[in-house]
Amino acid sequence: MRPYRGLAIIFGFYALGEFTSSALNLSIPGSVLGMLYLLAALLGGAVKLDWVENEAEAFVRNMSVMFVPPGVGIVAYIGLLKSQAVSVFGALIISFLITLLVTAKTVELLRGGKG
Amino acid sequence: MNPYGITLTLVVFYAFSELHGRRRTFYTNPVLLSIIVIAAFLWASGYSYESYMESAVILKFLLGPAVVSLAVPVYRSRKVIATYWKEIAAGIAIGGTLAILSAFYTARLLGGSEEVLLSIAPKSVTTAIAIGISEKMGGIPALTAVLVILTGILGNAVGVEILDAAGVRDRIARGLAMGVTSHGLGTARILLDDELAGAVSGLAMALNGIFTSLLLPYLLEILK
Repeated sequence: MRPYRGLAIIFGFYALGEFTSSALNLSIPGSVLGMLYLLAALLGGAVKLDWVENEAEAFVRNMSVMFVPPGVGIVAYIGLLKSQAVSVFGALIISFLITLLVTAKTVELLRGGKG
Repeated sequence: MNPYGITLTLVVFYAFSELHGRRRTFYTNPVLLSIIVIAAFLWASGYSYESYMESAVILKFLLGPAVVSLAVPVYRSRKVIATYWKEIAAGIAIGGTLAILSAFYTARLLGGSEEVLLSIAPKSVTTAIAIGISEKMGGIPALTAVLVILTGILGNAVGVEILDAAGVRDRIARGLAMGVTSHGLGTARILLDDELAGAVSGLAMALNGIFTSLLLPYLLEILK
């Protein structure tokens, strides 16, 4: 394993994704484009798995803590959340149930009970 | 740059992770508990979100390369994709679309404002990608983050039980439904019962993130 190779590749694809997203004014987040680029590079053999796997695993494993700062921003929207609580939580629960059950039942039907 | 925001986040998150390690239940989810405690602290003390974010923004920034890194687990699952590509494609097309439509229309029916509709639409996608989508679409990323985590917690708490009650036994169907609906937290739960369903769930989560970020902008144009 060579130090910095993995980080350079991951940040490189991230920057490339952000660049494409803003230069072409796309509504797809640059990070998702970067993921697609890296996936394509892995599948095409331009990037070898062991060049990036340690760094990528470290990012994925430690991702949870990164959700906290954006989530804390909710502090500015407590009023909004209170005034629209029925809409927000109603939609959350109903959408959860519909998506879970319809997806499961459809796929099961499609597979014809293969287990 | 003051160091308080990032320090507070890491210390609080570490403390709740320790708790979660000892009591592994959905209501000890360290992400949600950390958000609640830090938001309550800012609210009570009057310390501004801007001062908090001065250094905490570093953690948020790292979501970018973290999303790029999701390519590695997807690449590793290429054999699973090759075997079950039909089911996966159908599950993501149906589940991904339905998650957006049902959240958007129910929220609208219940009187949600446009910001709320845009923020709730990507709620079934993995948090990092959902925040990115919400930002791009003009939603409130903070609200999206919280709703995504709550959706995950719901799946983690009752998803498997609901699938059991509905009589869904097919392992691929169970994995796909959990991953598409409740992303990482749903995946973590079903992985405890079934390794194959867990692998499919993790894959469904990543692919649904890609699918939703491609579909949602165009779908919203029609819905609005």
